[in-house]
Amino acid sequence: MSVTADVDAKLVGAARLIAAEIAAPNAIEVDKEARFPAETVAALRDERLLSALVPVELGGAGASLETVAQICFELGRRCGASGMVFAMHQIQVACMVDHRGDHAPWFDEYLREVVAEQRLIASITSEIGTGGDMGKSVASVADVGDGYRRFEKQAPTVSYGSHADAFLTTVRRAPDAEPGDQVAILTRRDQMEMEPQGTWDPLGMRGTCSPGFVVKADFAVEQILPVPFSTISAQTMTPVSHILWSYVWLGIATDAFDRARAFVKAAAKRRPGEPPPAGIRLSELMSLLSLLRAEVGLALREYSDICADDRGRLGEMATILRFNNLKIAASEQAPKVCQEALGICGIVGYKNDTPFSVGRHLRDAMSARLMVANERIHATDASLLLIAKDV
Amino acid sequence: MKDQIRQVIKEHGHLAVDPEALADEADLYQAGMTSHASVNVMIALEDTFDVEFLDSMLKRSVFESIDSIAQALSEVGVEA
Repeated sequence: MSVTADVDAKLVGAARLIAAEIAAPNAIEVDKEARFPAETVAALRDERLLSALVPVELGGAGASLETVAQICFELGRRCGASGMVFAMHQIQVACMVDHRGDHAPWFDEYLREVVAEQRLIASITSEIGTGGDMGKSVASVADVGDGYRRFEKQAPTVSYGSHADAFLTTVRRAPDAEPGDQVAILTRRDQMEMEPQGTWDPLGMRGTCSPGFVVKADFAVEQILPVPFSTISAQTMTPVSHILWSYVWLGIATDAFDRARAFVKAAAKRRPGEPPPAGIRLSELMSLLSLLRAEVGLALREYSDICADDRGRLGEMATILRFNNLKIAASEQAPKVCQEALGICGIVGYKNDTPFSVGRHLRDAMSARLMVANERIHATDASLLLIAKDV
Repeated sequence: MKDQIRQVIKEHGHLAVDPEALADEADLYQAGMTSHASVNVMIALEDTFDVEFLDSMLKRSVFESIDSIAQALSEVGVEA
């Protein structure tokens, strides 16, 4: 299945092969042991897919967001955690590509390094003491002289924090800055001290390996992205996160559907000529899945249209509402599809060791509503709806 | 007009500082206005000046300073 037309078939083909031959056979173990999908990420590196979004002039593939979204789908379909790690990495790359400014030798050089060394980048946006609001920080940038800066941050979750090569971190601009006056900083692991906090034994998305960390970093002032984080968040991080996450969730839901379909087909083969008992439910499930697919695909198309037309529109309330709505809709629909697939497959879906098992899909998909809690997004939308006109 | 804008910000902006002390071009977000407070400022501005902002004006940059708010208000027909 191709979700959009504007994709680089070669990159997507390579990703599909990695998904089928490496992510899929390791997915059960990654989930069971809550271990990082290292072999999948290694294969993505070998195919140079970690630099897919880096512009051609810096040596990258210059791939479209459509291509990257399709790769998220392919990976998510075989291993939700692998898809999510890939998605989150691409989000950080997109933030740097979009917001490094016209003259940013440090970021240009780092993006070349992402290409040459296939660096894996994580984010440190959550923080203890902010009540889950990414738009606020407690930690701040301290000036330690000679063009060097420092921060210390307590993050309750850092996805693949022990496996990434570099981190995009949000902190307040200065010790006396307001909580919402944030910047984003890219630091390499060798510039950081990272002390793990607590354990990682969650319900789903277990391979993302996202425990907490206390993070300290010393870095050069050039490593701070030159625009306020509020701009980065509105124009790139939030809409691109919602789009790429949704493609991962669509992948998970699609595989759950495929398993339900295989189950119904197997039942039909046993009693040729009779309608299979769960046939109608499978048809109903297809319509649930197609709604999810439609919302996810349309949102990506709208984002690309806005970017091509006038990026300034990304800051408008109607646009913010639109991509918030994508996140809410997709994060609710994907687990619904998985749960219905479980209802169709019955006990063989509930068991973890059959070709029709969908327990991992359901558990992985249930993380969707927590990745920036839907309640928080609803609260934001409720506020914006008071003033926005044409949504 | 700017006096009225300052009054609205004072009542609804929840700034860390008194708006009276802010320059016309000072960044309201850096002064502590949250996204949520900015929505209340927009609603109060519509009410105070009896206008409606266009959707294309409903973005962070339009409400980031007293100057930019005054500009937006003049675009929807408020006379300075």
